[in-house]
Amino acid sequence: MNLYDSGTLESPLGWTVALIVGLAFGFWLERAGFGSSRKLAGIFYLRDFAVVQVMFTAVATAALGLVALDVAGLFDASRVYRMETLLAPQIVGGLLFGAGFVAGGWCPGTALVGAASGKLDALAFLGATLIGSLVYAAAWPQLAPLQDIGACGVVTLPDLLHLSPGIVAALIVAVALVAFTAINRFAPRR
Amino acid sequence: MTGPIQPSALGAQRYWNPYVAGVGLGLTLLLSFVALGVGLGASGSTARVAASAAHVLAPAAVEANGYLGPWFASGSPLANYLVFMSIGTLLGGLASALFARRVDVGVERGGRVSARTRIAFAIGGGLLVGFASRMAAGCTSGQALTGSALLLGGSWAFLVAVFAGGFLVAPLVRKEWLP
Repeated sequence: MNLYDSGTLESPLGWTVALIVGLAFGFWLERAGFGSSRKLAGIFYLRDFAVVQVMFTAVATAALGLVALDVAGLFDASRVYRMETLLAPQIVGGLLFGAGFVAGGWCPGTALVGAASGKLDALAFLGATLIGSLVYAAAWPQLAPLQDIGACGVVTLPDLLHLSPGIVAALIVAVALVAFTAINRFAPRR
Repeated sequence: MTGPIQPSALGAQRYWNPYVAGVGLGLTLLLSFVALGVGLGASGSTARVAASAAHVLAPAAVEANGYLGPWFASGSPLANYLVFMSIGTLLGGLASALFARRVDVGVERGGRVSARTRIAFAIGGGLLVGFASRMAAGCTSGQALTGSALLLGGSWAFLVAVFAGGFLVAPLVRKEWLP
């Protein structure tokens, strides 16, 4: 039974565990080099591939780990909170986010680590995200109807592809390995 | 072309192998799933800080807002696990940067733009990202990383859109990042 499932996520215990998870999150982001906007933006010029390498390794590790724990009967993966698919907002939001990512050089999580590393551009970016979220809230009366375009509840790739979660996780690992092989072959070396 | 970008600070350690860092990040996400029952997140906390700050200035307007109002129904929007997770992210990043001597105060930029121009782009990008994170109900942490690992359709659509948007706009801001 996890904290979300037992309704105790918003409790001193939940906050303490969230703080500890956050410590590990920040540590690994910084170790990967994500406290550097030049390194993050480097993916969009095929200059540095760490964003793809780290992100897909992490997704593959967590996806495979979750399936493995579930199959072994150690953890019920169906009890994890799953976000609904809001197709239009997620595609339009994703495009805008990507534009802001390459122009600003950060995303919210990496900007926290960048600010901790002394990067003043990360502080400026973070301050601006506060304003950006308030602009969204201010426009909410106009935007709310648009949020429902393409809303289809919780949709998973296993549902869409008619495959088991284990097979989909294995496919993600396979695609990641092919991409990593290509990067290792063609990316500039040290 | 000279290989992966490394820290520029004098005496700083090199970044870790990206696949090692990726496994570490993936196990952190798995820990979050198992212990908390939710994945990682970052933009939610910044939006909650923004809502709290706005509430100090205009409490009635914020509470009447259809998007922010519900966050104040049960007290402060800061009494939320995402806020504590982001405090941890900040401290974890600080500890790692200190251990590796990578704390480097300054404006990070390419060699052909002024610090002022770089800050202007950071602000412009931050405005877009702050707005887009609310629209997509998450950012690279909550949607692209967490949702993709949960094999969620919308999160994969977001992930693909983020890279598409980034690569489309990259030529326009190329000068910002040139060595």
